[in-house]
Amino acid sequence: MSETMQTHPLVIGEVGPGCKKVDPIVVADNVTRTFGGLKAVDVVHVEIPRNAITALIGPNGAGKTTFFNLLTGFDKPNTGTWSFEGHSLARVPAFRVARKGMVRTFQLTKSLGRLSVLQNMLLGATKQPGENIFTALIKPLWRGREQDITAKAEDLLDRFKLLEKSSDYAASLSGGQRKLLEMARALMSDPVLIMLDEPMAGVNPALTQSLLGHVKQLKADGMSVLFVEHDMHMVRHISDWVIVMAEGRVVAEGPPDQVMNDPAVIDAYLGAHHDTDLGEMTGTIPVAAAPETATATATVPTETTAAETEREVEK
Amino acid sequence: MDWGQIFNSAAGELLSPVTAAYALAAIGIGVHFGYAGLLNFGQAGFMAIGAYAFVIPTLLFDFPLWAALLSSVFASILFAFLLGIPTLRLRADYLAIVTIASAEIVRYVVMTTGLTAITGGASGLSGFNSTFTALNPFADGSYGFGPWVFTANQLWVRVFGWSLVVLASILVFLLMRSPWGRVVKGIREDEDAVRSLGKNVYAYKMQALILGGVFGSLAGVIYVLPRSVQPTNYATTLTFFIWTMLLLGGAATILGPIVGAMIFAVLLTLSDGLIRGLISANIITFISSTQAGQVRFMIIGAVLMLLVIFRPQGIFGNKKELSFNV
Ligand SMILES: Nc1ncnc2c1ncn2[C@@H]1O[C@H](COP(=O)(O)OP(=O)(O)O)[C@@H](O)[C@H]1O
Ligand SMILES: [Mg+2]
Repeated sequence: MSETMQTHPLVIGEVGPGCKKVDPIVVADNVTRTFGGLKAVDVVHVEIPRNAITALIGPNGAGKTTFFNLLTGFDKPNTGTWSFEGHSLARVPAFRVARKGMVRTFQLTKSLGRLSVLQNMLLGATKQPGENIFTALIKPLWRGREQDITAKAEDLLDRFKLLEKSSDYAASLSGGQRKLLEMARALMSDPVLIMLDEPMAGVNPALTQSLLGHVKQLKADGMSVLFVEHDMHMVRHISDWVIVMAEGRVVAEGPPDQVMNDPAVIDAYLGAHHDTDLGEMTGTIPVAAAPETATATATVPTETTAAETEREVEK
Repeated sequence: MDWGQIFNSAAGELLSPVTAAYALAAIGIGVHFGYAGLLNFGQAGFMAIGAYAFVIPTLLFDFPLWAALLSSVFASILFAFLLGIPTLRLRADYLAIVTIASAEIVRYVVMTTGLTAITGGASGLSGFNSTFTALNPFADGSYGFGPWVFTANQLWVRVFGWSLVVLASILVFLLMRSPWGRVVKGIREDEDAVRSLGKNVYAYKMQALILGGVFGSLAGVIYVLPRSVQPTNYATTLTFFIWTMLLLGGAATILGPIVGAMIFAVLLTLSDGLIRGLISANIITFISSTQAGQVRFMIIGAVLMLLVIFRPQGIFGNKKELSFNV
């Protein structure tokens, strides 16, 4: 860890694991979840900044997905409290969490196979009175809203290059297209915070560039984004803030270039990939921001590598 | 041997009240399984609840027809809550186990000798049809043509039963084209995804369970209207007959359960008549006519196996839907 005091406009005081944010949208305290003897999540304190793009990174099994599940009500923690926009979310069921504006996607895509792409999208919309069993019987009561959300869905599908698939079954889409559909569907509700679990996994590299643009646009539209990603180009290129988890704990956080040069992070994250540049490990095609990437290239201190290799072997 | 008679009675089954009851019960599990993905293996239980909740108040408290029907609907709603509250938060298979067991419990409870004064015990209940026949709008006489010639009372029970079937189908059609139906079908595909989009999955599953259960209970009423209540009719075989009809016609379709029920009922009568006919004409000599009742189920089983192999989506189902491994 660096000796000099690190500061950042998003942060009050010093930058470091669990640091206080100027305007946090999510605050979590003492959140733990154990599976058998394994402590999958053990987060003492973490704050997610508002109207920023935050990347949650860490090696496989670090507990990122479990932490997502806990925050969104899909899993119950052993201990802990957390809040969203100042309201406690402990013991709030998943659908209520989503209604409050905290919408997530899944690492293993959950497209609704035997519904059309458009129907998938419409399901993401809110305030459709026809979703009530009695109102549903009288079409004039919901036709207007249906037209509005259909227009919105088509606009989003167009942006995600899925419009021509609109009447196909979602099951006929490729894995990458399903990822895109899931993300587009989550956007139908205009979430306050969107949480994406590995949004780039399996997406055609030719599309990733435009997807990065979409994510940045979400922030421009006033949304906050929290995403889990292994694609370091994406992390480096679009995130304002990076939180690193390892073995359930938050081990580092900070702005992307700083975090990715942090030897502790490289140690925790890279393991066997110690000789690879963090920016190149995923083999994605170089994104347009090549100069940025170049300046931020991580140089891995060779003296730490032996220990990492051993740790990786132990697992 | 009168072959014409065999075909006549099989054709007559097409419109019989029992077929209407089968169709309505199949529409019910169509809502459960075809649209919402709920595994209800206790539809016979819903039918029994519907029948007894209709008949008992009619006999004991002289309920008028409308009140007895409401009692039947109300009882099935209660039964659906009883089954749904503990299981709908759990994985799909829990509902399957609980429904199959509960249907058996219902059957054993009504057969208990201690309750004979109320439920009639093992011999069931009869003599409750007067409130229904009193409302018969048709004048005495004979109606229809060919195999479908009915007395006024026979016509009335058929019109009543099939009207309920048509109403239920319209209701299902209206619901399934609506956003409510979209949520329910989404739950069938992946309930966590639907949850993540802010829908109260538990409430929707409960609504679907109740709706299909109410159809089951009304089916139970149609089933007993022209005759009596026999507890032995509500064994698991009945549930599996209804499942067969649903899958035969196509699970997530409007016409599937109706046509499935018609085909099944006709096949059941036709195969029985044909086998008995062939035995009495000494063409089949290796089985007795008492064994014929069992043999027809073996034949129907084989026909259904072929159907499932060659047309797994049912008659009205969409082949494309099945070509995905979802
Ligand atoms: N349902 C579960 N049952 C048992 N262990 C689990 C379960 N879910 C996750 N784990 C374990 O918790 C740890 C964290 O997993 P996960 O959150 O999926 O990691 P990540 O998303 O960071 O790759 C892993 O060791 C994983 O095996
Ligand atoms: Mg994960």
